[in-house]
Amino acid sequence: MSTQASRSAARLMLSPAVLLLLVWMIVPLALTLWFSVQRYNLLTPDRSGFVWFANYAAFVTSPAFWLAILNTLLLVGGVLLITVTGGILIALLIDQPLWGQGVVRILVISPFFIMPPVAALIWKNMFFNPSNGLFAEALRGIGLAPFDFLGQAPLASIIVIVAWQWLPFATLILLTALQSLDSERLEAAEMDGANPWNRFRFIMLPHLARAITVVVLIQTIFLLGILVEILVTTNGGPGSESTTLTFLVYKEAILDSDVGTAAAGGVVAVILANIVAIFLMRAIGKNLDA
Amino acid sequence: MGQITLSGVTKRFGDVEVIPPLDLQIGDGEFVVFVGPSGCGKSTLLRLIAGLEDTSAGHISIDGRDATGLPPAKRGLAMVFQSYALYPHMTVRKNIAFPLRMAGMDKAEQDRRVEAAAKVLNLSSYLDRRPGQLSGGQRQRVAIGRAIVREPAAFLFDEPLSNLDAALRVGMRMEISELHEKLRTTMIYVTHDQVEAMTMADKIVVLNAGRIEQVGSPLELYRAPRNTFVAGFIGSPKMNLVTGPEAARFDAHTIGIRPEHIGVHPTMGDWRGVVGVSEHLGSDTFFHVHDTGLAPMMTVRAGGEVGLTHGDTVFLTPDATKIHRFDQNGIRL
Repeated sequence: MSTQASRSAARLMLSPAVLLLLVWMIVPLALTLWFSVQRYNLLTPDRSGFVWFANYAAFVTSPAFWLAILNTLLLVGGVLLITVTGGILIALLIDQPLWGQGVVRILVISPFFIMPPVAALIWKNMFFNPSNGLFAEALRGIGLAPFDFLGQAPLASIIVIVAWQWLPFATLILLTALQSLDSERLEAAEMDGANPWNRFRFIMLPHLARAITVVVLIQTIFLLGILVEILVTTNGGPGSESTTLTFLVYKEAILDSDVGTAAAGGVVAVILANIVAIFLMRAIGKNLDA
Repeated sequence: MGQITLSGVTKRFGDVEVIPPLDLQIGDGEFVVFVGPSGCGKSTLLRLIAGLEDTSAGHISIDGRDATGLPPAKRGLAMVFQSYALYPHMTVRKNIAFPLRMAGMDKAEQDRRVEAAAKVLNLSSYLDRRPGQLSGGQRQRVAIGRAIVREPAAFLFDEPLSNLDAALRVGMRMEISELHEKLRTTMIYVTHDQVEAMTMADKIVVLNAGRIEQVGSPLELYRAPRNTFVAGFIGSPKMNLVTGPEAARFDAHTIGIRPEHIGVHPTMGDWRGVVGVSEHLGSDTFFHVHDTGLAPMMTVRAGGEVGLTHGDTVFLTPDATKIHRFDQNGIRL
């Protein structure tokens, strides 16, 4: 299958797909770059033209910008922390032989199948709501004043919602990794005098390193783009307290109808994502080498 | 140091009794081999001694101390696993030092012991490699190294050579035997390979369905198998077992005669048969002989090159002094 002819035939037949993908990627990127240097506001369509980097300046100096970057990093970091530690703990737990294992596993996985807006609304109205939410009821039950989660701690509340959605994913990946650990290796460590904590620390955790890396990388890609959960719960507020970079771009484009500034924000978001990616690959990328 | 006594040790998995009550004495410094067909409970027995499985009943004592309820690490035993069970993310040095580190030994002493073990096992130049960069035999030696640094009361080996190729297996067999000579520590070795059992053991324990069929030195088992199971299991190729009138002639229900104790002659002898498959090993030739009226197939050994081929008629003559006699329950008479 690797004669000269078969190789050129392969290239020829691959080229439409490659071209299509290339166009699909290049055109939106080029348009975004183009819009980002244009005055392009849907509310004032008559005022248009080339403005150099004025949109970037406007986006970066907008009062919510630095807070949005901080919020984005807090959201990604917080969710990763909760899902990875929680995922390891739950995976360890449901890896034990227990009665009704199949049902338990399905229940653990199920949050992943609930679509994000539904999940966020359930949390907002059934759990976090300060007058008739479950948490408020529970707090009143033990004689405490109900707490307005989304009003008082909006970002933390959103982190909880998103972590709840992504916990099953982390659990699933980590559980399969845990199950691939050779039981003889754990027994050898037991014979070698390692107590349960040391067996976890020196045998299980290094074995899970690659799976944890995969979880962190994949989740980061998706978490940087979290929008719906913010939109249906806090709408970025109160003030800009739960505004992330993605939400800021959404706000510029849809609420303020400022396509130019939104495009500039999009480019900034891409740059930030790349910085995060480089940082992550430097920090944990070596775990992926066999 | 290294006396192990099992008294009434029993293992049940649910309703299934894998090991019926069993008694066994293992003396200090002995090389004991548990041998038996797969599923006979030999690995389970080893894991009971190691403490990786709980006994359902009975007592295990190590050096006179009751160890039945002790966790594995407290029993002072070291184990070498079939899969080696090395820690892939650690270097050879860290692998070998792991039990010492877990015991909280100081760094200098750890290094000293690791170097010493590496020297014994010819691993000195591989200490900074990872298990993934080593060959099967080297990995096996690292696993043994990890066991010897702890200076345990006894070593437990769970089919340690079954993942190696034939040539390497013979080499490692010698190395383990030499290690035993050098350390003089009790070793318990589990295998399904009777050649390994015969060549390495001071004492062989033949197991069948969780029961001990016979305990003895390799030559005792070879010369005087207590029953037909041991007779058929020890020795290669297997002993020929004959029932019927020919056995009655020797006043037994079954007689057993090893392939190496049967004379082969083209024209005269006690039993007449037809040559089937013959295996020429150069030094020996094994014939499968059919139509003798004794057993479906008789295996015989002839020294060197014999001019007999498939379909030839042969006459077999057993060495009457080497015939084993068994009663109808298969027990030696």
